[in-house]
Amino acid sequence: MSNYIKLIVLGLIALFAAIGTNYARDLAYQVHALLVMLIAGGLFIWTLRNTDEPDIQIDRSGEYMDGVIRYGVIATAFWGVIGFLAGTFIAFQLAFPVLNFEWAQGYLNFGRLRPLHTSAVIFAFGGNALIATSFYVVQRTSAARLWGGNLAWFVFWGYQLFIVLAATGYVLGGTQSKEYAEPEWYVDLWLTIVWVAYLAVYLGTIIKRKEPHIYVANWFYLAFIVTVAMLHLVNNMTIPVSIWGSKSVIVWSGVQDAMIQWWYGHNAVGFFLTAGFLGMMYYFIPKQAERPVFSYKLSIIHFWALIFLYIWAGPHHLHYTALPDWASTLGMVFSVILWMPSWGGMINGLMTLSGAWDKLRTDPIIRMMVISVGFYGMSTFEGPMMSIRAVNSLSHYTDWTIGHVHSGALGWNGMITFGALYFLVPVLWKRERLYSLQMVSWHFWLATIGIVLYAASMWVTGIMEGLMWREVDANGFLVNSFADTVAAKFPMYVVRALGGVMFVAGALIMCYNLWMTVRKAPAKEASLTVAVPAE
Amino acid sequence: MEEYTLLRQFADSWMLLVLFAFFVGIVIWVFRPGASKEYKDTANIPFRHQDKPATPKEARQ
Repeated sequence: MSNYIKLIVLGLIALFAAIGTNYARDLAYQVHALLVMLIAGGLFIWTLRNTDEPDIQIDRSGEYMDGVIRYGVIATAFWGVIGFLAGTFIAFQLAFPVLNFEWAQGYLNFGRLRPLHTSAVIFAFGGNALIATSFYVVQRTSAARLWGGNLAWFVFWGYQLFIVLAATGYVLGGTQSKEYAEPEWYVDLWLTIVWVAYLAVYLGTIIKRKEPHIYVANWFYLAFIVTVAMLHLVNNMTIPVSIWGSKSVIVWSGVQDAMIQWWYGHNAVGFFLTAGFLGMMYYFIPKQAERPVFSYKLSIIHFWALIFLYIWAGPHHLHYTALPDWASTLGMVFSVILWMPSWGGMINGLMTLSGAWDKLRTDPIIRMMVISVGFYGMSTFEGPMMSIRAVNSLSHYTDWTIGHVHSGALGWNGMITFGALYFLVPVLWKRERLYSLQMVSWHFWLATIGIVLYAASMWVTGIMEGLMWREVDANGFLVNSFADTVAAKFPMYVVRALGGVMFVAGALIMCYNLWMTVRKAPAKEASLTVAVPAE
Repeated sequence: MEEYTLLRQFADSWMLLVLFAFFVGIVIWVFRPGASKEYKDTANIPFRHQDKPATPKEARQ
């Protein structure tokens, strides 16, 4: 019966997409309609061919649902490399403008590729890492199989479709020009459906948990899922110009629109890149260190303080604008207070290793996780400092901001994700160990030195251009033209791009290592899992 | 009174008080007597049920 409903729905979607392909008003919409038509049509045929096949029900409630997590791990590594490559390429485009090829103008120039890079690393790499690890963690800490059966697969593939629609849309010009919320209205609607399914799977599993308590990592993951849903809905309140076109108009206007955009933008950092990844930290660092978190009390206070404060910090993106002074002061004050829970969380993560510091020498994976928490501490110190109005007047619109974002994204989000992947692959593919720990060390040093080159060059160039912009001569005239600052930044841009190359190289080594772990590392024998003392 | 002014005054008086009291309440709750023992058990959740979900018999309520 359910197959017939599926067939009707898939058939209608394919038909609608076919009409959309015909009437499309712009290229992005046309390509997307074609893509949706092919996917819905393919699924229609596949469902049709399997209709009336005997439905074999196997009771799998006695095991975890790990297939979707394995796919998630692969997707994380894949999109990670794509996103890092895109970032390195646009870094070279800034240093050498000739790389904005004439034949690809309007498709592969910096302006089109830059959102592709940010969305690929934040939403494709980070999002897949969050979905995969949250499915892993919620099952283990609830001692229950994922709720909803194949709904988890829908979340995974639905999210990949969102990524493909978003990325191809940017290249073809389908964007609503809101930072980190560039996808147009129909892509937003699709993400909403996927996200509701994600929330249902996650909450359903927590509700049927076999442990009396909800482990703290789940609180952070849940805060991430719920808050991102809220932010996404409010910031994407748009009215499409036509149902056959990608262009839409936002219902907010002027400074309200700017404020909502940065309320969204900063909490995308706060809840997507911080709360979700703290969920990872609270599970994988104790697991890899083989000792419980330093202070569970601190973790609860950390959670509530973080979510109460982060939501107010957005206005610091709008200092010296049409935003009222009181609002920008509010954002600044909350950003500075936010320093405390951030460092509370960092201390909690680092001190989990107390009594096991020797592991830093022997275990490159724990080293990766520790440096990630270190970068978290550094960027959550730098961020509040930059949100102070006086500092912001120098730093805003300069490369300092870019450096700050990357020490957080590459250092904190990247490194904790790499650590989680190194932990997960042997467990999920039932391998005794990783293929090579030496390669993990190589990855660690390449990535760390790459980030240091990146952050240091951006500090130098950011402060330099900030000072050049405000420099006036004795008569009050500006000393430097904009082009002067661009020319002065060239050496730092090259250093930054080289840092990117090192980071990509590390990620490629990781992919090879993980691939060989699945292929070559000794399998974990079932009989070996229960250790028998040899006496 | 204008809607904006009304909401603004509510936000920086009663709502602020409620949120602040809620937060202080949580901190007090975390340090309640007997919490340490309970949290010790909770903190060890990641080290149970690594390979399989809990059977109905093992389920702890």
